[in-house]
Amino acid sequence: MSNEFVPLFYGFNFYLFGLIAIASALLFVTRKSPVAAAMWLVNVMFCLAALYVMLDAQFIGAIQVIVYAGAIMVVFLFVVMLLNLGHAGAVSDLRGNAGRLAAGFVGLAMLAEVMVLARTKFPDAMTLKAVHGLGPVDGTAGVIGPIAGPLFNEYLLAFELTSMLLLTAIVGAVVIGKKRNPDAR
Amino acid sequence: MLAESLALSALLFTIGVVGVLTRRNAIILFMCVELMLNAVNLSFVALSKVHGVGGQVFVIFVMTVAAAEAAVGLAIIIAIFRHRQSVNLEDINLLKG
Amino acid sequence: MQTEPLATGHPLADTIARFAWLIPVFPLVGFVLNGLLSLRAAGHPGPADPSAGGHGHDGHHRGTGGTGDGHADHGHDDGHHAARHPAAALVSLIGPGVLALSFAMTLAILYQVWVVDNALREPYVLTLFSWMPAGKLSVDAAFQIDQLSLVMMSIVTGIGTLIHIFSVGYMQDDPGYPRYFAYLNLFIFFMLLLVMGSSYPLMFVGWEGVGLCSYLLIGFWFSDKANADAGKKAFIVNRIGDFGFLVAMFLMFANFGTLTFAGVGEAAMGAQLGGALVTAICLFLFLGATGKSAQIPLFVWLPDAMAGPTPVSALIHAATMVTAGVYLIARSAVLFSMAPVAQLTVAVVGALTAVFAATIGLKQWDIKKVLAYSTVSQLGYMFVGVGVGAYSAGVFHLMTHAFFKALLFLGSGSVIYAMHKAYHATHSHEDAQDMRNMGGLRKHMPVTFVLMWIATLSIAGIPPFSGFFSKDEILASVFARTHGSTLAEAHWLGIPGSVVLYGVYVLGLAAALMTAIYMTRMMLYTFHGPNRTGEKEAAHLKEAPWIMTGPLVVLGVLSAVGGFVNMPALYAGEYSEQLHAWLEPVLAEGTGITLGEEGLHLSHATEWTLIAIAIAIAAIGIAIAWTRLKPEALVAAKDAKAEEGIEKTLLHKWYVDEAYDKTVVKPTLGISRTLLWKGIDTGIIDGLLVNGSALVVRAVGWAGSQLQSGRVGTYAWVLLIGVLSVLSAFSFR
Repeated sequence: MSNEFVPLFYGFNFYLFGLIAIASALLFVTRKSPVAAAMWLVNVMFCLAALYVMLDAQFIGAIQVIVYAGAIMVVFLFVVMLLNLGHAGAVSDLRGNAGRLAAGFVGLAMLAEVMVLARTKFPDAMTLKAVHGLGPVDGTAGVIGPIAGPLFNEYLLAFELTSMLLLTAIVGAVVIGKKRNPDAR
Repeated sequence: MLAESLALSALLFTIGVVGVLTRRNAIILFMCVELMLNAVNLSFVALSKVHGVGGQVFVIFVMTVAAAEAAVGLAIIIAIFRHRQSVNLEDINLLKG
Repeated sequence: MQTEPLATGHPLADTIARFAWLIPVFPLVGFVLNGLLSLRAAGHPGPADPSAGGHGHDGHHRGTGGTGDGHADHGHDDGHHAARHPAAALVSLIGPGVLALSFAMTLAILYQVWVVDNALREPYVLTLFSWMPAGKLSVDAAFQIDQLSLVMMSIVTGIGTLIHIFSVGYMQDDPGYPRYFAYLNLFIFFMLLLVMGSSYPLMFVGWEGVGLCSYLLIGFWFSDKANADAGKKAFIVNRIGDFGFLVAMFLMFANFGTLTFAGVGEAAMGAQLGGALVTAICLFLFLGATGKSAQIPLFVWLPDAMAGPTPVSALIHAATMVTAGVYLIARSAVLFSMAPVAQLTVAVVGALTAVFAATIGLKQWDIKKVLAYSTVSQLGYMFVGVGVGAYSAGVFHLMTHAFFKALLFLGSGSVIYAMHKAYHATHSHEDAQDMRNMGGLRKHMPVTFVLMWIATLSIAGIPPFSGFFSKDEILASVFARTHGSTLAEAHWLGIPGSVVLYGVYVLGLAAALMTAIYMTRMMLYTFHGPNRTGEKEAAHLKEAPWIMTGPLVVLGVLSAVGGFVNMPALYAGEYSEQLHAWLEPVLAEGTGITLGEEGLHLSHATEWTLIAIAIAIAAIGIAIAWTRLKPEALVAAKDAKAEEGIEKTLLHKWYVDEAYDKTVVKPTLGISRTLLWKGIDTGIIDGLLVNGSALVVRAVGWAGSQLQSGRVGTYAWVLLIGVLSVLSAFSFR
């Protein structure tokens, strides 16, 4: 591969996956069947994983596939199957034309505002300070080490809190999802 | 690639928002929320190339929260489905006190 | 954030010292293995079953208010010998084996430091990992190897090995044999953490860990409530001291911003001499030390701690753990030297404890209780030493005390073992620890007899045994500091420092006199005179097996010659003060502050006089006991009359336990029940705060629910419109 070819190849793939992601996302919100929608969403996630890798975040790309596509979406599909909702209902769950129009308007407005905000210079008091000691990723110091370092040092408290959160979620899910004994009341 | 990534992120987020507003199926609604979270993750990762690896650390936190949210949310949906035999939002007004 | 190992380029960095972390790891491995083995049932009901003979040799020991007589419940039966644990052989190998490995490792490093002695001016800090990075506080898990910690490590692993070996014989028939060794190994692990840690928090981990092991081992025969209570008492009393330690650490961090020994020492050098902050830190540290090292007012737990197996008393409650307070102060030498008032407090408390405990020791009948009060008294001596800034003298006495007190305890263990076996053979239920039941044992146990006398002469301060040198050095140091030191110029509660120091010196002499008396008394009653064990039983009395006498012989040699490592310059010439010189890189800074730049020197005549006084006091004490006490007149415990007057007061330990019970324990319980539980917890917390806030939430919730339609879809719309408006507030600013 020549040196000039690499950026071209890179750019091509970047746009390719970006476009596939957008197309899949649009298909995802418009499918009637929950199973089909879920499959398109999985597609979006795979594309995002590819983009992460291209953005030098190989580890995030890997866990995107494992956790999101592999675990979370499987849970969604599992629930869809469990509740036997796989077939699109006779009546679409899409809202009527007025609803769609309003939603489109809100969406466009939001897109516009996000674009504007991306170019806005915020006052210093509102911007997050870079955490001491964290430099940009250079891609040479390994893939996991640069993330694991801050995760277990500067963000140790947050990390422990997420473990508490997960524990709470597990307990909550079990309690909520448990079938109530009708005699218990 | 930063500008493109951020634009893509904004677009995906908007698609998610529109999905939340137009669909009535609670499960699909949740999937739309996941899409929005993914869009945010994309901007975190893109910005981490400029501002340091903290963005990637945050993505991990977001994923954890998403997993917790999916678990609890789906458990709620199952509970509601048992109660109402439906996941359509129009049929669900349990939040009314 | 990661701290670079401080020791890069350190002369020890490329030697075996970089594997120093293995030293505590060996006992930890031993703990895990023995702990796993202890999960295997003993093929016999465990100690939870009182009929199973779970009590060991001294398991019948009374805890609080014990008078040493009237013990009734000898918990042994014929099934006792069947109780040997199936994994006992393996445990006997692992338990002492891991300790021997640690000891060998320590010796290797010790040799290494000896070789590079001149280069080792800075301690070698071995950083393992970053333990607590939280904001400004960053604590590394790091070990500090220097001359002081090496002395402590040698004592802990060396004496520990001997006591482990002794335990193999002493505990062999106990159903909890693997559990015992698991606890003992865990104790050594934490003790090594305590002496090797390079910062106060790490030391505190070890400090708490040894407290835990002490608790577990005091209550080793927990089926007897008195033993379990003794363990709890030790634990709770120690908590009071730990509070002091913690507050001291908070103060250090808040004012110095660091908690490593090196950092705190440096910061203390810059503090004001006698300043309020340094004094406060030192006094709080000393409160911690009084708990762990059993000084007034927190000494009450140590005598009760004798409820544990005797080797435990030797290891934890005489040789190692209780000296942690002395080590703490020696470690904080610079800090204490900057606070003369705190130093005087330490010295006065130490001297008072030495005398007070010695008076109680005069009148105890239980052989282990005598030794327990003797330990409290000798610890007081060590505190006098470190209190007057003679840190190396304090550490020296710590070392010699570890030798002779371990020997005394193990010797008493050997005696108790023989007594127990004898009573066991005849199914008698007499007390195997009461000296009134002993007498004339020298015929039956000649080895123990000779070794115990060596230890007794050593603790009494008869030259050339080790105790003489260390005790003499402490007393001489006190005397030397009465003039010209920072201590002499300070005022303690308005009294001039030199007057206080003279008082401490006199108290030290008084304690030395009583030490000689009660130790001679113990030897007289135990080994001399007629035998009072009983005619049938006397035939069964015999010397302990070699696995128990072997460690005794080693300790006997150490007790006899251990003092030669630090003889005074007065007569030893070039062989003098070797320990002092060895510890000098660590302690000189602290001592230098107290003594001033030139140091203090007594005239030769004064030194000879002090030595003569010390020897005379010891000799008089032994002579008094030898001539005035008549072992022939004693009767066995079951026939003895109750004591009267001052003897009764001493036997009941000045009623300190009763006083604490009335003034501290009962009021605390009362306040806890009425005010804290019924008043604050039930009334305010439950009633007002919990139920009250629930009420408020419900009221607000009811108001809010009136606004809700209950449709999620509607909420999503409202939410997003809200987001839009917030975003537009930013976008079109």
